Amino acid sequence: MFERIHQMIVKEFAQVFRDKRMVLMIIASPMIQLLMFGYVVTTDVTNVPTALYDLDKSQSSRELARSLEASGYFEIVNTPESPEGIRYLLDRGEVSCAVQINRGFEKEMLKGLPSPIQIIADGTDSNTAMITVSYAARIAARFGLDASKVALVNRERLPGVDARTRIWYNPDLKSRNYNLPGVIASIVMIVGLMLTSMAVVRERETGTIEQLMVTPIKPFELILGKTIPFAAIGYFDMMLVTVTGVFWFDVPIKGFLPLLFLCTGIYLLSVLGIGLFISTISRTQQQAMMAAMFFYMPALLLSGFVFPIDNMPPVFQYLTYINPLRYFLVIIRGIFLKGIGFSLLWPQVAALLILGITIITLSTARFRKRLE
Amino acid sequence: MIENDIAVQVRDLRRTFGSFVAVDNISLRVEKGEIFGFLGPNGAGKSTTIRMLCGLLKPTSGGGSVAGFDILSESESIKQSIGYMSQRFSLYDDLTIEENINFFSGIYNVPRQKRAERKDFILSISGLHERKEELTKNLPTGFKQRLALGCAVLHDPSILFLDEPTSGVDPMSRRNFWKLIYDMAGRGTTVFVTTHYMDEADYCGRLALIYRGKIVAEGTPADLRLRFMKQDVLEIPVDRPVEALESLEKEGLESAIFGSALHVVVDDAATEIPRIERILSAANIRAGKIEKILPSLEDVFVALIESS
Ligand SMILES: Nc1ncnc2c1ncn2[C@@H]1O[C@H](COP(=O)(O)OP(=O)(O)O)[C@@H](O)[C@H]1O
Ligand SMILES: [Mg+2]
Repeated sequence: MFERIHQMIVKEFAQVFRDKRMVLMIIASPMIQLLMFGYVVTTDVTNVPTALYDLDKSQSSRELARSLEASGYFEIVNTPESPEGIRYLLDRGEVSCAVQINRGFEKEMLKGLPSPIQIIADGTDSNTAMITVSYAARIAARFGLDASKVALVNRERLPGVDARTRIWYNPDLKSRNYNLPGVIASIVMIVGLMLTSMAVVRERETGTIEQLMVTPIKPFELILGKTIPFAAIGYFDMMLVTVTGVFWFDVPIKGFLPLLFLCTGIYLLSVLGIGLFISTISRTQQQAMMAAMFFYMPALLLSGFVFPIDNMPPVFQYLTYINPLRYFLVIIRGIFLKGIGFSLLWPQVAALLILGITIITLSTARFRKRLE
Repeated sequence: MIENDIAVQVRDLRRTFGSFVAVDNISLRVEKGEIFGFLGPNGAGKSTTIRMLCGLLKPTSGGGSVAGFDILSESESIKQSIGYMSQRFSLYDDLTIEENINFFSGIYNVPRQKRAERKDFILSISGLHERKEELTKNLPTGFKQRLALGCAVLHDPSILFLDEPTSGVDPMSRRNFWKLIYDMAGRGTTVFVTTHYMDEADYCGRLALIYRGKIVAEGTPADLRLRFMKQDVLEIPVDRPVEALESLEKEGLESAIFGSALHVVVDDAATEIPRIERILSAANIRAGKIEKILPSLEDVFVALIESS
């Protein structure tokens, strides 16, 4: 048994490394995806053209305006004199954010009451708007705290409170820090899916499966022989993108690395299982490739990577339960951003383990040593 | 229990694909040590039969045994005792010759101490000692087929199934390959070989002719010739064989093209020769001297196929 699995592994590695497209898929494609996400898909917001509508015209309001600008996130490009002025500027797209400082700002603040300011953002790009508002609120809150010690007492009621909770684990609001764990998880998924979904069907297309089927090899030996090499490659890719992320993009890891590696293995089990399952039910490599993409796209959408699961319609929320990415995302974000350990993550680990074992068993059962 | 000297035995074996009957209730018996030929034109059902025997395809109905194991319930035991070379080259093109040999040695669990000797044996029968580090895909077809044969006998199987091992190979390589088959048989291996080259029939100890899923004749080459001697075969050199064939067949004469001549099967040469001459001259075809010849096995098969 071990001899046969061993021979399968040796053979798979020889084939993978001899195929330039495979090597490209293993090394170049994860790197390109990582760099793309790291540089292009950053949701950080800087130099937002901002309108300032200052009704208080006090020392404090001017200081607030200055600290908005000093943060680097806002650039005050206009100071309208009426609410209509704000609307006009927003409509024309000349500004995408407006800050209105109401009358009595300084007076209230000195009394230690929540300072009434209003932040209006162009909601057409809701993501940016949300981030803009939270930046502004944060700066306003910090400003309030600096300006008056009394304000500390009331900090729960300051306008920045909401933003503070949202950005608790990522205080600089660096979207990259937040996104990178998810990017790693999805890269491991797509590479794993692509490689394994080809694994069996390629042999079917070239006809080598026929020769393999007349040997005494058992289905589980074949499936394991196909899983183990790709698990090793999955690990390699995981390390490649993690190390690049950490050293190139300065993304911190708060948690315990060995735990991350253990969990990656369990995650790979289910990803490769799905890939193999696709491979055993496909007739051509092209079909397998399509099926892999067809799985990957919804898996990405229904993972909580981009859209929060809580906001999905119930049907889709149920679907997320069979998505390994959903669980691994919680694990990898937990370890990267929060530094939490196994005591909190075990439900996700258990779910992944069940999912992985089920799908590998299913692929083994699906794989018949007969032709159709 | 199956008798000890039977290698392959099947009864009423049938396989359909949808409504199409690829193999139609065939029965066969191959004795140990035989070279059994399974002949038939393309699409006759040879590969389908051989795949059922090797446990690769489930028969629609019927059953049998290979190497003493039931083909329906013991296909995994069959796999340990047989070697199979599929019609399509199916070693790994992207592995080297040596890697292919190592791989199959391992998969077949050839004992470690025997592996070097088996590898050496295969490299020498395929003549690939110097090229063992080359990628398999770069080999010419003749070499590939001998390597495939080698990998199929790595584990010293008692029965060897070869599906059109010589197709697409030049005549010289074909002869060499048959020499190898004889070597295997000489060591006691039963060989079950299919081919659509009728001229290879004489290499076989016994053969069956399959046509449209049915076995239309079975016996030793000598048997089949003898049975066929009842009719006469005429050879007619003609200038336009295709037209000549058409006009003769229109008159109900079984004919086949052999190069620039026609072979026509008739009951009685004396009465038919003048008739054939009349038909050909009516069609404006120039014909040479019509002669009665000893039928080849090819003639036998052409006639059998036409009458079935
Ligand atoms: N998997 C299949 N599905 C449908 N038809 C098939 C299949 N395999 C073979 N056939 C058909 O069965 C017939 C016999 O095929 P095969 O056994 O390969 O013939 P041979 O090997 O004698 O050339 C052919 O007409 C072929 O098209
Ligand atoms: Mg065939």
